Amino acid sequence: MLQRRNPQLNRHGELIHLLSIEGLPRDVLAHILDTAGTFLSVNDRDVKKVPLLRGKSVFNLFFENSTRTRTTFEIAAKRLSADVLNLDIARSSTAKGESLLDTIANLSAMHADMFVVRHAESGAPYLIAQHVAPHVHVVNAGDGRHAHPTQGLLDMYTIRHYKRDFTQLSVAIVGDIVHSRVARSDIHALTTLGVPDIRAVGPKTLVPGDLRQMGVRVCHDLDEGIRDADVIIMLRLQNERMSGAMLPSAGEFSMKYGLRPEKLGLAKPDAIVMHPGPINRGVEIDSSVADGAHSVILPQVTFGIAVRMAVMSIIAGNEA
Amino acid sequence: MSTLNLDAQALYAEMLAAVRALWRPGMQVLGIWSGGAWLAERLHADLGLPGKPGVITSALHRDDFSARGFGHGKDATKIPFEVDGAHILLIDDVLFTGRTIRAVLNELFDFGRPASVTLAVLVDRGGRELPIQPALAAAKVVLPAAQRLSLARLDDGQFTFSVKDND
Repeated sequence: MLQRRNPQLNRHGELIHLLSIEGLPRDVLAHILDTAGTFLSVNDRDVKKVPLLRGKSVFNLFFENSTRTRTTFEIAAKRLSADVLNLDIARSSTAKGESLLDTIANLSAMHADMFVVRHAESGAPYLIAQHVAPHVHVVNAGDGRHAHPTQGLLDMYTIRHYKRDFTQLSVAIVGDIVHSRVARSDIHALTTLGVPDIRAVGPKTLVPGDLRQMGVRVCHDLDEGIRDADVIIMLRLQNERMSGAMLPSAGEFSMKYGLRPEKLGLAKPDAIVMHPGPINRGVEIDSSVADGAHSVILPQVTFGIAVRMAVMSIIAGNEA
Repeated sequence: MSTLNLDAQALYAEMLAAVRALWRPGMQVLGIWSGGAWLAERLHADLGLPGKPGVITSALHRDDFSARGFGHGKDATKIPFEVDGAHILLIDDVLFTGRTIRAVLNELFDFGRPASVTLAVLVDRGGRELPIQPALAAAKVVLPAAQRLSLARLDDGQFTFSVKDND
């Protein structure tokens, strides 16, 4: 059978784009996490910059707003010595009716070396990756409900940092899973890295049943979902993506699925609490938990820069 | 494999004697990952120095990065002393083109401004492409450019050389 190659890998199996964690082998994920460890220490130097992307131009193309993710990509690219251009694309060319591929062709003519793409449509970064020149690399910074691979990777980095070994862990992902590309990327990564117990926790309307096919245990009860968990990943309630009667109210969601101190007591004593941010205090997570001893939400942000440096430098060093 | 006969253990003993001769009080030992770091570790112990030697990698400053990308090594720079104002003894196993030394010096200066850097290597194999010379080389050999010479450390801690033909 003729097997189609994963578009993210070249014929040597090396990463040339990062579009999704799905389908990436374990050694590629481990290489990214190891490399991120090297970059984390760059923050401790007098000179917090290395020259790996010197002379390269990185274009941040955010068709959907996200100040935080865009900023962390910008910092990561700058610490690698790249020139970074932020395009407020939602308000410019696209508004004038230019197609996505025409936008890319124009930016390529300006000698872009890398595109970091956030788009409301699932699959947009794939389309771009198929149409760029061989030396140009694409990083998916979140596409629709599909994937957010750098967030998934930084979550894995965080888990490895605190728990060392993936193969004994119970990980609970709690909240609005149906709208969450982070949850999808996390599940693919956790599965690939050998986590034996992954739970998706939330109301029926927000937790798709087909997750069972991905080897995930679906729980509609928070107590059952987080009992004896080593890692709890809380997700943001994405009000902006909800329509109709998916949820009675944020208040009711918070009552049943919000992470409060007494609930956290059900997890392992050394459990860590993660959240991709921005957090809705008092909705999916209580302030005392978000700021408490188990919370690693701010270290996640720091690790995120190192992980993005690792991804950008690895793909930039590989030829299509 | 080549018939080249280099006794790494004997060369190390020569290197240690030569390092003692040029040693100045307060010097810091810094080994280049990986062979140089093993040598630095051994020198550090044999010189009876306190603390740990530093380890430095060329990975983040390599000039062939765009062609070769990252290796799959887990090498990372760890310098347990203040670089500003330090007299540093930089150790490597094999000196060839000098490009690794150039990259490592750039890496070092990201941590501060050393007072001086002295280079000591086990083997100088010639073939320099940059104006870099060691203060000390326990042996000088000439090898075909396509051959790769590197130090290996056996399970019992003994040093030996490996010679491979590049692809």
